[in-house]
Amino acid sequence: MPSISSELRSLLPADFHGYIAVVKRDCETCRLIEPALRELNGSLGLLIYSQDDPEFPETIPQVRDDSALELSYRLEIEVVPTLLRIDGGRETERLVGWKRADWRRMTGLPALGKGLIDFSPGCGSKSVDPGMPEKLAYKFGDTPLKARRIEVAGLEDEHELAFERGWSDGLPVVPPTEARVLRMLAGARRAPDEIIGIVPPDNVPCSVEKVAINAVMAGCKPEYLPVALAAVEAACRDEFCMHGVLATTYFAAPIIIVNGPIRDTIGMNWAHNALGQGNRANSTIGRALQLVIRNVGGGRPGGVDRATLGQPGKVGFCIAEREHDSFWEPLSVERGFSPDESTVTLFAGGGVHPIADQKSRAPESLTRSLALSLRTVMHAKSYGGASALLVISPEHMRVFREAGWSKARFRDELSQHLTVAGREVMTGADGVAEGMPARLADNRLSKFGAGGLLIIHAGGAAGMWSAVISGWAASGKHGSLPVTIAIKP
Amino acid sequence: MKLLDPTSERQPGKRERLPRPRSLANKRVALLDISKPKGDIFLDCLAGQLDDLGIQTRRYQKPTFTRVAPVDLKHQIVSECDLVIEALAD
Repeated sequence: MPSISSELRSLLPADFHGYIAVVKRDCETCRLIEPALRELNGSLGLLIYSQDDPEFPETIPQVRDDSALELSYRLEIEVVPTLLRIDGGRETERLVGWKRADWRRMTGLPALGKGLIDFSPGCGSKSVDPGMPEKLAYKFGDTPLKARRIEVAGLEDEHELAFERGWSDGLPVVPPTEARVLRMLAGARRAPDEIIGIVPPDNVPCSVEKVAINAVMAGCKPEYLPVALAAVEAACRDEFCMHGVLATTYFAAPIIIVNGPIRDTIGMNWAHNALGQGNRANSTIGRALQLVIRNVGGGRPGGVDRATLGQPGKVGFCIAEREHDSFWEPLSVERGFSPDESTVTLFAGGGVHPIADQKSRAPESLTRSLALSLRTVMHAKSYGGASALLVISPEHMRVFREAGWSKARFRDELSQHLTVAGREVMTGADGVAEGMPARLADNRLSKFGAGGLLIIHAGGAAGMWSAVISGWAASGKHGSLPVTIAIKP
Repeated sequence: MKLLDPTSERQPGKRERLPRPRSLANKRVALLDISKPKGDIFLDCLAGQLDDLGIQTRRYQKPTFTRVAPVDLKHQIVSECDLVIEALAD
């Protein structure tokens, strides 16, 4: 058994050795065993610490007040009653709950608790009530957090402070107190000081702790943290080119697509309004990534963020795929992961463009129809450099399912309708200066480069609408490539 | 309350005060009476001295010293003046 800490020693009588019991009035077992506690107090000098009422147990003199829970915290009490023995500066034995035979053996009192029941399990310690461990860690100084502390002055409003210091994207943020950040960190099994990437544009090494702080501000629950961490890691990958995605005058922003079991674990929405508002996980995970880029990376609109118009998804854009009734393999599986793995895929994209087709019942018609809209991505005369995320709704998926079209078949057929004669889209064609170089007039041109079209299934059950999310103008290996990584616990 | 800094911590933790002007020449000076007794006497004296130096002043008054200045008053001062001298105590 380890030696007791100096902090714990200072809470006990000098050179203490003997028995300690930790109890609370709001515990039926603790009230039940009051006669045994009294007997131990009288014969063995048992020290009793009460978590919720120093008057309890009333029949025992000099009950010690642990309503601040420091002793409970430092002894790592999880259940009351707990009986433990300290000898020679070490804890030598511990019992939790009431098991009469064990208490008799440990104390050497063969008649202890005569007349009481044999067993009663006890209750949770107040020191492990929800949220309490983090508060106690903060209160008693055992914090692994290294971030600079910003004092909120007495008359200052913490929400206004966040705006004034430029921490906000324009919406209110949750003030990142130490207790909240500790609670957030408990959502992942990562060391707070682990560096997970270099965040552009200032190229700042970003720790798990800094992501947790920004995730608190974004409104995340602790269980979202692994997803937010994976998103930041993906954004920092060289091939994603986050600096360029941020600095471009185009509409692009990192769009997070979540696949795998974690979607359901954390309650993400992939059904009605799948690309919209209203779900906490969807709304806050994307925002956490954007706040990391803003606060850690220093990327701000009008600064390195040079977007001409931007788009609402730059507050945060995180969606989940509807996997359980899709006829096609999920995006993550297409990209080499197993269906049991949870992943994030980052795609540099713009806003949502609807595709309305309420008449196609044959896969051939629907494929041609989707291609017509996909051909307008970026510009109807832009070919080769475009990328897009196609979101197929359940009602459109039904058409492919009933016809037995696989995702590979759909991709193959679609690509044929996304290939045109160069002269149709060259500069000057149709009286429009925008277009492909005249030297390509005799070539067949494909709308998207290799890997430039991502396809997922999402949305509510009703509605023959799909959607296309246009990619960044500089997609591809010289710009941004989609990045998929596994979400670590 | 203490908050954890979400940034790269490259900026100072405490916000710097604006630097004091080296001179009042060509500055528009607001004289703010917070409605505490005798503040007006102090500001009258100050206004006279600034006027002798050829410095332009404008007078403003808070409705009561017990509350912070109304937003409209703050906006008015910001739009009309470069700096403020406030008579704080009686």
